[in-house]
Amino acid sequence: MTKLLLGRYLPGDSWVHKLDPRTKLMASFYYIGIIFLANNWQTYLLMFMATMVMVAASKIKLGFFLRGVRPMIWLILFTVMLQVFFTKGGATYWSWGWLAITQYGLTNGAFIFMRFVLIIFVSTLLTLTTQPLSLADAVESLLKPLRVLHVPVTELALVLQIALRFVPTLMDQTTKIMNAQRARGVDFGSGNLFQQMKAVVPLLIPLFVDSFGIAEDLATAMDARGYQGGDGRTKYRVLQYHRKDIVAGMIMAGLTIALIFLKA
Amino acid sequence: MTAAIEIENLNYRYPDAKRPALHDVSLTIAQGEWVAIIGHNGSGKSTLAKNINGLLAPESGRVTVAGMPLNEANVWKIREKVGIVFQNPDNQFVGATVQDDVAFGLENRAVPRPEMLTRVHDALVQVNMLEFATREPARLSGGQKQRVAIAGIIAQRPDIIILDEATSMLDPAGRSEVLALIEQLQARSAMTVVSITHDVDEAASADRVVLLNDGEIVEQGTPAALFTHGEELLSLGLDVPYPERLKAALRRRGAKMPDGYLDQEGLVKYLWTLHSTM
Repeated sequence: MTKLLLGRYLPGDSWVHKLDPRTKLMASFYYIGIIFLANNWQTYLLMFMATMVMVAASKIKLGFFLRGVRPMIWLILFTVMLQVFFTKGGATYWSWGWLAITQYGLTNGAFIFMRFVLIIFVSTLLTLTTQPLSLADAVESLLKPLRVLHVPVTELALVLQIALRFVPTLMDQTTKIMNAQRARGVDFGSGNLFQQMKAVVPLLIPLFVDSFGIAEDLATAMDARGYQGGDGRTKYRVLQYHRKDIVAGMIMAGLTIALIFLKA
Repeated sequence: MTAAIEIENLNYRYPDAKRPALHDVSLTIAQGEWVAIIGHNGSGKSTLAKNINGLLAPESGRVTVAGMPLNEANVWKIREKVGIVFQNPDNQFVGATVQDDVAFGLENRAVPRPEMLTRVHDALVQVNMLEFATREPARLSGGQKQRVAIAGIIAQRPDIIILDEATSMLDPAGRSEVLALIEQLQARSAMTVVSITHDVDEAASADRVVLLNDGEIVEQGTPAALFTHGEELLSLGLDVPYPERLKAALRRRGAKMPDGYLDQEGLVKYLWTLHSTM
């Protein structure tokens, strides 16, 4: 589980850490949008520089970002290979049947590679510098307009908050059950695929039962503390935009203008 | 003194159960009193607690809390007056951090945020958890989580606090810590405390002990009066406090022991007088 970088948060107090989570969330999605504007060396170089500045501003070691790329590397290489072998145009360097390595193919492959890596860097930056809880707050705040369409935003936010709060609890529980079953002779992760799947049963069933037990207890406790549904509640956690967030917005706007100016 | 909780002829039966969980229970608890309800597993203690704040609806009988009869119209008002701390510290932690959890009950009551901030702060100071305000529950010990649960109740400023086996999953240190905290709170704010427990030491610090067996009140009285029936309690599957066990052991070895209940200090004094007369 330690290998999983997704959703990992690294505490710190850099410029990026202190941004409002809504700003970071919107900026990340916006960044993924504008990266598709890039279509030549200048624009990719610009995006690369901008991303590196963001990474530097987060004061997180580059190694963490590279580790974020690692689980995706096969998908990236596969896509790049497809681009390289199936794009026609420009000078042909090598060909065999319908496979060919061309000038356009190589540049396209490089662009796709850059695009993948930069998108992963930015989404890693988002999760590494934002607590899951703040991210949940940001989602709630940004979804608020959907209340007009009768989407139960406050309930969804509570669901998200409780889910996040119980992730570590259930992880602990999983480890405990696994150890308890091991003590009785269950062998996790060995044998053929069918045997491995069968070994998961004594883990999953108690875990399900436990989750329902926890849900029941939690519901009782919430009831006893006066929870009557999402409406009419006040909020303890509030988000506030600061000057930094305006600056971040302006950076994104500047980046867009520069991209439009530089693209082919 | 006005009664904080009045229960008259309460009956409760779980769906599909042959036997009623509570049978004809009548109990009056005065304001500012600390009442311990003891009984073996399945004697209906927790069911009684849940009937007091309307988490369960009785089959028959009446429950009145702070002068309000428990019914559908009053149930939320009554829950404002009654705070419950449950057994499992993990499963009642709603918030993602300590302060969020303490604020949960206040959010439900639509307390404005500035007041919420001061109330959460005060409650955390009272349970001595202020330095943990931004911690996640996974990084707290069981005793600390239970203190947060108590802070969540204090912040709501209830008149009555029910401890539903709140100390049963804690280690001895955590248990005495939580009990000392409750004692302090009760002394400071004259809160009514109903503690449901297996722990005889917890029961011994109450003003009155109610003994429940198979859904019926068997006996009630001061801890001193109740714990003198040592044998009888043991036959009901309950423990007796340590001084009482020591007294019985000494009696078996031929020492002359007084009949009345002695707490730890009393026993020490008695043994001392015994020593000087020998």
